[in-house]
Amino acid sequence: MELHQLELAELAEGLRKKHFSAVELTQALSPRLEAAQGVMNAFISIDSEAALQQAQSADQRRAQGESSPLLGIPLAHKDIFCTRGVRTTCGSKMLSNFVSPYDATVVRRLQEAGTVSLGKLNMDEFAMGSSNETSYFGPVRNPWNLGCVPGGSSGGSAAAVAARLIPAATGTDTGGSIRQPAAFCGITGLKPTYGRVSRYGMIAFASSLDQGGPMARSAADCALLMDAMAGHDPLDSTSHPQGGGRFSAALGRSLQGLRVGVPAEFFGAGLDPEVAQAVETAIQWFAAQGAEIHPVHLPNNAHAVSTYYVLAPAEASSNLSRFDGVRYTHRSAAPKDLQELYLQSRYEGFGAEVRRRILVGTYVLSAGYYDAYYRKAQQVRALIREDFRRAFAEVDVIMGPTTPTPAFALGAKSADPVSMYLADIYTIAVNLAGIPALSLPCGFSKEGLPIGLQIMGDYFADELLLGVAAAYQKDTDWHRRAPAWEEQ
Amino acid sequence: MEAEIVKRIAHLSRIALPEEELTQVAGQLERIFALVAEMQAVPTEGIEPMAHPLDLQQPLRADQLRPETPSREELLASAPRAQDGLFLVPKVIE
Repeated sequence: MELHQLELAELAEGLRKKHFSAVELTQALSPRLEAAQGVMNAFISIDSEAALQQAQSADQRRAQGESSPLLGIPLAHKDIFCTRGVRTTCGSKMLSNFVSPYDATVVRRLQEAGTVSLGKLNMDEFAMGSSNETSYFGPVRNPWNLGCVPGGSSGGSAAAVAARLIPAATGTDTGGSIRQPAAFCGITGLKPTYGRVSRYGMIAFASSLDQGGPMARSAADCALLMDAMAGHDPLDSTSHPQGGGRFSAALGRSLQGLRVGVPAEFFGAGLDPEVAQAVETAIQWFAAQGAEIHPVHLPNNAHAVSTYYVLAPAEASSNLSRFDGVRYTHRSAAPKDLQELYLQSRYEGFGAEVRRRILVGTYVLSAGYYDAYYRKAQQVRALIREDFRRAFAEVDVIMGPTTPTPAFALGAKSADPVSMYLADIYTIAVNLAGIPALSLPCGFSKEGLPIGLQIMGDYFADELLLGVAAAYQKDTDWHRRAPAWEEQ
Repeated sequence: MEAEIVKRIAHLSRIALPEEELTQVAGQLERIFALVAEMQAVPTEGIEPMAHPLDLQQPLRADQLRPETPSREELLASAPRAQDGLFLVPKVIE
């Protein structure tokens, strides 16, 4: 087997047993990144030279007796994470020349664990999108079908992992941006409990919803990444004091007696029959392993998308006010005064979708509208959280589809923002509540596109979700199937 | 949604939206607010608004001097215009 075909855990073992070095591994992967770039556009920056240096240092650390499981493991970061001395664009013209003066905590923690960063991954501009088509650096293509979107906003992360360019990537999830692309590309992605992974140095979109997480081929690999990524960070005031954990030690659990909730609301109109079929078959598998299947109700899920499109733009309009054309962003040429500098730089620097969301956010927060929109949405958010509270009093996990359909064609939804928003109908409620959820592959459509099963859990049930998913992946091989993008 | 309102919020957002884009953007915002209207119809009387997923208190730290990191040089490295260790902008006071 070639090195790029191995999963993270297998690579870790190979490195530990000295079957190959981190340098050899990096040298095996780097040319594939370059070759795939013209086909898939998964990366915004590739720095093979810097990667090689990191790999050398990982090999030195190992020679000195270190043996952390991630030592020498290659990965790449979504370009929303600040990387010191490396361009960090957030998929935007606004930051197309921004070289970060510091590392995000996630980047630092993974670096300390010994990972080798091969580059920065493409994404929807400021993480606003579900198809990776809003990136200033061009759309990413789905390795299973190059005419389809990879999902978004962590589309580069999902496509690169699925195409076996890298064994793992970081992503962020504000309304489904880890889980939806994971489902569209046939990989495994975890949106952790809000507060477990530091947001420091992760460019903010909607601060009460944003959460970074791992994307890899299997739940076991995601657990290894979480071991390093999660944990309290004094630099993030919303970081949970008990955020860390030994995620990889929580795998290998029995499914006997596991209470699985299935919400009827996730199987209604609009769900593609092939997706429904694959997800139901997966749930049957859990029943056959001794899990108890219970109907649960999430009646307020129907309001999740509309609630989100008040709260997320409101927070975004505030967060994105820092991009002013003065300090580290795009600046328009020869503005006549400071006011014009702000106005023109922000028009030129932001793409159409980002501008739209800033406008919506400014509107709902403006004088006279606050109660009708923002306060109202916060009340509905409380109802959505209450649905989950009630459900998790009865069951351990909730299962359903991650997305209503498999990946759609490039351009299919980009003309109508609202039809794009509705692609996230099953993922958004999780962010509003702040609970963890994971997507893993559970089948393929007749056209050969992957289908994702979503597993949701109560606050701090991240370990349980990973364990349940890992049990499924021990017995199934959906996550081992690789796209033949090189032949397309 | 009237083009005048879009013009006003664009200015509040400090985005120089050109006149010829106003009608198109107004139409898109109208579609978004039609989606939002669905949520506005939910009965919520007496429901406490939820601002945040975690009911944590804001952490406090001692108010102590710490070394300045990153350095001024690094912070200015990505500035569109800088001079003498300062960000340069068009003249503000005549």
